[in-house]
Parts: sequence; C-alpha cells; structure tokens
Amino acid sequence: MEKAIIDKYELVVGLEIHAQLATKSKAFCDDANSFGEEPNTNISVITLAHPGTLPKSNKVAVEYSIKMGLACGCEINRYNIYDRKNYFYPDLPKGFQITQEKHPICIGGKIDVKTKSGIKSSIRLNRIHMEEDAGKSIHKEGEKDTLIDLNRAGVPLIEIVTEPDLRHSEEAYSCLMEVRRLVRYLGVCDGNMEEGSMRCDANISIRLKGAKDYGVKVEIKNMNSMRNVQKAIDYEKIRQIEMIENNEEIISETRTFDAQTGKTYGMRSKEALNDYRYFPEPDLPPLIISDEWLNNIKADMPQLPKELFQKFTSKYNLPEYDANVLVDSQDIALYFDQICDHSKNYKAASNLVMTSIKSYLNDKGIEMQDFPLAPAKIAEIIALVDSNKVSNTAASGKLFKAMTASPEKSALAVAQELNLIQESGNDFILPLIQEVIEKNPDKVKAYQKGKKGLIGMFMGEVMKLSKGKVDPKKTNKLIQEALEKA
Amino acid sequence: MEIVYSSIKEIKTAIEQGKTSCEKLVNHYLDQIDSQKDLNVFLEVYADEALSRAKTIDEKIKNGTAGKLAGVVIGIKDVICYKDHGLQAASHILDGFVSQFSATAVEKILEEDAIIIGRQNCDEFAMGSSNENSAFGPVKNSVDKTRVPGGSSGASAVAVAADMCLISLGSDTGGSVRQPAAFCGVVGMKPTYSRISRYGLIAYASSFDTIGIIANNVEDSAFILEIVSGADDHDATVSHSEVPSYSKLLTPKSKYKIAYLKETIDSEGVNKEIRESVKGKIQQLEELGHQVDAVDFPFLEYALPTYYILTTAEASTNLSRFDGVRYGYRSKASTDMLSMYKRSRSEGFGEEVKRRIMLGTFVLSASYYDAYFTKAQKVRRIIKEQTHKLFEEYDFIVLPTTPSTAFKIGRYDESNLVEYYLADLCTVQASVAGIPAISIPCGKDKEGLPIGLQIMGDSFKEAELLAFSKYISDLI
Repeated sequence: MEKAIIDKYELVVGLEIHAQLATKSKAFCDDANSFGEEPNTNISVITLAHPGTLPKSNKVAVEYSIKMGLACGCEINRYNIYDRKNYFYPDLPKGFQITQEKHPICIGGKIDVKTKSGIKSSIRLNRIHMEEDAGKSIHKEGEKDTLIDLNRAGVPLIEIVTEPDLRHSEEAYSCLMEVRRLVRYLGVCDGNMEEGSMRCDANISIRLKGAKDYGVKVEIKNMNSMRNVQKAIDYEKIRQIEMIENNEEIISETRTFDAQTGKTYGMRSKEALNDYRYFPEPDLPPLIISDEWLNNIKADMPQLPKELFQKFTSKYNLPEYDANVLVDSQDIALYFDQICDHSKNYKAASNLVMTSIKSYLNDKGIEMQDFPLAPAKIAEIIALVDSNKVSNTAASGKLFKAMTASPEKSALAVAQELNLIQESGNDFILPLIQEVIEKNPDKVKAYQKGKKGLIGMFMGEVMKLSKGKVDPKKTNKLIQEALEKA
Repeated sequence: MEIVYSSIKEIKTAIEQGKTSCEKLVNHYLDQIDSQKDLNVFLEVYADEALSRAKTIDEKIKNGTAGKLAGVVIGIKDVICYKDHGLQAASHILDGFVSQFSATAVEKILEEDAIIIGRQNCDEFAMGSSNENSAFGPVKNSVDKTRVPGGSSGASAVAVAADMCLISLGSDTGGSVRQPAAFCGVVGMKPTYSRISRYGLIAYASSFDTIGIIANNVEDSAFILEIVSGADDHDATVSHSEVPSYSKLLTPKSKYKIAYLKETIDSEGVNKEIRESVKGKIQQLEELGHQVDAVDFPFLEYALPTYYILTTAEASTNLSRFDGVRYGYRSKASTDMLSMYKRSRSEGFGEEVKRRIMLGTFVLSASYYDAYFTKAQKVRRIIKEQTHKLFEEYDFIVLPTTPSTAFKIGRYDESNLVEYYLADLCTVQASVAGIPAISIPCGKDKEGLPIGLQIMGDSFKEAELLAFSKYISDLI
C-alpha cells in the first residue's frame, strides 16, 4: 500500500498482558505451581473442583501483584473483592474463573517505554488485577478427543491492562520488554513468553490522524512472542486501513494470529458474544490490605531499573549508554553496584562488566549469579591498574582470565604469579633507556633534530627489553627527558 | 415405636452402666433403618463399617480413651463429604462419585468417636422444601407416610424422628433443617453463617449455606454444635471467633425480652392451628413475666424474593462444575463438546435444580444484573441491618417455623410452585440475615402433625439462643 495512504491513519493499541506469578503454590490452593511436570500431577480436589471444596487465597500471590503495582506507580486498592467469571470449557474445572472485575488490586500507573528508534512514551495503565489460570486443552492431530492437563489450572496470574496509548507496533514490543524486565527484577514472574508464563492480547484500531473518536477495535490473541505481537499489530493495521479504504466495515471481533503466515484470522463470533455473568465470589471474603502489610511489601521492594539508572548516571557519573546496558539485567546491575562499594573508579568498573565479564558469561553460557569472582576482586583489578601496577590490557585480559580460574586468590598475587606487575621505579627503567639510547645514536640525533615520532620506536625497544613490564606512561616521560639530555 | 435412648446423656449413662454398647446401639439403628425402608431415608447404609467401628470404640470406652461422641450414631445428609464414601446430593449428575476427603465437620465428629451410619436422602442439591425433588424418590414422613417430611434435609429429620440414628447433620440454606425438623417433630438448628466450616459441604448458595444439626433435644444440639464449630484453614469465610461450650451454658436468664413478628403470626398464609399454638406459647411466656412485644417488620415480604434471587444466582455458578468432564454423569449420547455439556447437564440434573440454575443464570445476565442481583443484594443488606436493629432491643424473635404442617406428598406441582416456595416464608429471614435460628417442637395439630416454633437470635449468640430454647422446650 502507498505510504501516503498509510500515513493518513493513526494506529491505536492497548495491551492486556498476563503474567503467571512465580509462587510456590497455586492461587487458591496448596497445589504446586511448577511448569513442565507430568500432566495432571499437581491437581488436588480443589484444582479438580470436586464438590465441597473451597478456595483460599495465596498471600504471596497478592504480594507479588502489589509489587508489580508499586513498580508501575499504581494506586494499591486496599479493599479487594474477587469475582467469578462464568463460562464453560473443559479446562476450566469450576466452570468459572476467579478474577477481579470491579475492584482490581492496582489502579492506574504507567509503563515508561523507549523504543530502539528512539520513541519515548509513557503508557498509562488502566489496572492490574489478580486472577487464576485455566488448564490446558491439548488437541492431538488426527485424534477426535481433547486431552486436558489441569496442572496449570489455578496458577496465579496478574493481568496488566494498558490504556489505548500505543501508537506504534514497536512501542508494543518495547512495552512488553519493559514489563518483562520489571517482573524479572521483582522476581514475580520469569517473563518467558514462549513457555507461556507471559502472554499478551492486543486491542487494535485505527483512525484518521487528528480524529477524536476511536475506531472499532479488534482483539488479537495467541501471540507467543514479543516479535509476534509487533508483527500482528503491523499486519492488523494494514488490514484495517485496507478495509476502510475499500469502504468495508470493521467488526468488533476476536482474531487469532498465525505465526506461520504472519496473518490474523477471525475466530467464531459466538465466543466473542459470551456473557460472563461476573459476580462477587461468595467463597472468598474481601481481601483487605492493611497499612502494615503494604509497608512490609514496600520495604521488600528491590531497586528498580529506573532507580538504578538514575543512581548510575548521577552518583556514578556513567554515560547513559553504560547505565542502560548495565540495568538491562538486574543481576548485572547489582553486581556492578557492589563493585562500586569497593572502587571509586566507576567507569573502569562499568568497562570491565560490559566487556570482560559479559563476554565471560556469554562464552561459558552462565548467569551472573554463577560468575566466580566476588565484586571486591574486580575492584582489586581496577586498583592495580589505577596504581599503574598492571597495564589495562593485561588487567582485562590475562589477569582477569587467570583470576576467574582461581577466584580465591588476590588480584595482586595472580598478577605477580603471571609476572604482570609493571615496573615504575627509575632504578629499573633508566638503565634500560640508557641501553636503547646507546644502541641507536642515529635515531637519537634524528629525534633531537625534530623527528619526534621516533619516540614510539624508543618506547617499543624499552618495552621489549623489559618484557612489557614497564609502566608505559612513566617510561614515555623518562624517555623524553633522556632524549632531550642525550 | 418405642425410642430406646433419645439423648446423648441417656446413652452415655447406659454405656457407663453396662446396659448398652456402641455395637448394640448400631445394631438397633440398623434394625430401625431396615424395618422402615419404605420411608426412603438412607441412600446408603454403612452397616459393616459402622459395626466394626462400634467394636473399636467399645474397646476405647473400656480403656478410657474414647472421645466425647462415643456411642453417638450420626447420619449425614448426602451433601456432606465423607472420605471414600459415595456423595451425590441426591442427583444423577454425581452418579458413581466417591468423595476423596471428609468435610471438616465430619472430621471433627469422627475425632470424637462418633459413628456415621449412612448418607441420607434429600432434595437434589438441597433445593426444595419437601424432599420430593430427589433423584431417588420422595422421602416419607414417619408421622404420616402420606405426607412429606419437609426439605431439603427431610430424610435427616425423619432419621432422627424414627430413631434410625441419634443425630443428623443436614444443611440449611433457607430453612432446610428447621422446616423438616418442624414437620417431623424434632429439633433443627442452623447456627450463625460461618460458625461451622463449609469445607466439604456441597455448595448450593455459598453466602447462605450452613451445616445444621437435627436432634431430639436442645442439649444434644448444643453438644454437637460445640464440637463441629470453629475456625478452619480450608474455609476462608469461616468465623475465627471462639466457640463457647454451648452444652454447659444452658441455664436460662430470669427475664427475657422477646419480639414476635406480626407479619408472620398474623399472616393469612399461616395456618390457624399453628398461629394459635405459637400465640399460646407467647402468652405462656408473658405469664411467666417475660416481656413479649409484637413488632413490625415490613421488610419480611421482600425476604423471600431476595432469597430466591441471590441463592439461585450463586447456585447457577456453584453448579457449573457438574459438567461431565472430570467426574459424575456424562451422557453417552454426547457427540461433541457442546452436546456433552448440554446432554450431560440436561439429563443429569432434575427439574427443580435446572429451574433454579436457569433463574440464577437469568438474574446474573448482563441485561438484568442490576435489576435483580444488585437490587437483591441491597435489600439483603437492609434486612440484615433491620434484623440486627431488633436485637438491640430484644433477646430473641419468635415465630412459627412453617406456615403449615406437613403437607401431602404430590400436593405441589408446576401449577402452584409459588405456593410451594412460600413454605420457606418464615425461615428465609434468618438465612438472609445470617443469624442463628432453631425450630423446636410446639405441640401438634388436630391431625397429630407436629408444629414447630422458631426462635431467632443475634449473630453468634448461639449460647443464649440454646439456653432459651431449652427453657421453652421444658415448658412444653
């Protein structure tokens, strides 16, 4: 389609993001909440909805939900009511899902987003509410029967609902990235979309630029990666523009995204017309969040990415680039922060983390928490460089590598073992300079006549004689002095 | 028919004196059950198991290690879970279902060495006031076999009245233990909502349901209540307030302030003999120096519609789990998923249950939610508040338990359903308000059919309510 036509329209997107909470047990019973187990093993009478069973709410799930709310700047609702959402499906054992319809636990808030192309936006949240997951229906090809695995039934979820504030598909991608980073920082969800622990539905509409009213929205489900969310929005935008340009009417419906074809397909309209008959769950009393409880949760909040970013750029004076790279992962950011408890050379610490440490982790395929060196050891390396005892190259190369193999040894001890300690004493350097000057009288004359570039040659010779152990800065200065005098 | 032992106290004394044993008692009740099979009371009798347990408990009695309910034989309504025993709410939808756990109340009585003799018939899913809505046929009143025993815990009341067990655990959502107790001439009590854990009680209407106790007398009711009540981790709605020793608190006060509701006693719907009987009791109380006042309670006429809107709404979703997917009845005629749901539920549920599911689904539907459900919730709050207000001034409210005595089996059908629902007229107020209420025998009508006097107390005032009920019972 012509760009000029596409440019007439504005995309309007709102997201509904589900995140499975990484609690030990399910939302309303003691059954284990763990992914990848044998089907139908974490299913007590409560998960199976046997007659006579009752739900009881999992406090940790409530705390995780509140943490996400606090991280997004939401207002925390102190008087929570659970609701039942009624519909029949074989993977929904009770015939209803316990959710929060009228009184969600978190109200308002926002997610700050910055896309790769530099679009900065603040996506307002409508709400975050708590609910329980359904089981899984497994349709095997060629078989008539549907298999049901109820391990997932009753796993706690939060649903993060944004306002229709997104205008670009890449904002959706960035928004999901940010949500994933937040849930991971908070430790409330592993954020893995491929495994389904984070899921996203998108409500998409278009309107003419400058129009006040929203267009008819279409809900897209079944996108199992952040890239697919972006792709589905891109596809849907063009589909809707084409329809409007062709004077066709867009109907409010639920569509599913097919990652194979990259297209969206309409689902049966019957499903969209469900009346869920929400009403307050009579088996759970109102959940009241006391000041004390809320304060304890607040006290337990980790430092968030934006707080660490702020700290790294202002207190440690790091460039924004460095700070962004560091806070991308909580473990790395906190490790860096701990180095800074032992070293004031923050930029050197950042460099070591972003280069040596990150490539070490990549090479070994391990996580930050499995990195063998304590932050204090990294500070020792930095101190050796700062005091000119070890060259920067040797420090980030040979020394770093050797230390990871013997993490209990001090940086100094390892540097000595490897013979990496630079000599900066005049007694050591001056005789070497003298030797080189004596061997090269012509070059000395040439230098004195103005061929200052020759200093590099002298430097190289001295280095060679010292087997690379002289402090280059100091040596350079001494060579200059010696050449002037010679 | 001679009742050998009619109270826990008598049984305990007889056991102590060596006149009887758990084994003898169980054999006696089994004989009683066997000889009155035509009443259709028990859906399943646990004869062998009860006898073997009786022998174990007799040993414990000898060794002095027996619990408080040693010698007490109890029947349970078929809506209360008992581990490894059948459970089906008198419905085909649960055909073949075996409970995998015991209700908290059942755990508690078993811990005290009670013997459970079997599960009792009832109205399907506790929906009904005559015990005619059972998939296993109607239960007959032992006083007059042509009449209903009331419902929904009809069989539980008959079992006690006809000496098939000493105590029954039933359930009361809108009068389901009090009304059959009145029809059968026994004591039926519903405590404050949340006093007894609902874990293991099949839900009809979660915010109304309570386990209730049917016994021969107030003392036994008090004794069982103190054992089955109390906090429970499995029920988020259960009360954590301390459970008094009700059976030790049965001494009445010297002066009571009692209210009676003109709207009930003077209602045209209330049969004349019942009105006279209750009025006679009121007069007797006045003569004994208690203050008795007639009070207006203009909200009463709204209690019944409020009750039916809210209970059917809750029931419609509570019963969604019976879908033929995981357990119970699945129609063999199912061809696909949708037909499995439709056929299994259409064939598995009885007419009254389906009617209430439909009504509840209707009142919760988006277009009618506010007009019915929201409004009924508001009215419920008003009825609660106004009822509590009465208790600021009065200790108790007395009223008839039922507008009529036990009616003939088959008297009501779809043509006079509203009249059938009116049988709950006097009992729903306590359920809507969540307060404790008890029905005690109050004489008989000309045909010899029992009349029940209902007494309602304020929330968690079971001790006072039971003491006063014993006082009135002793007057009769």
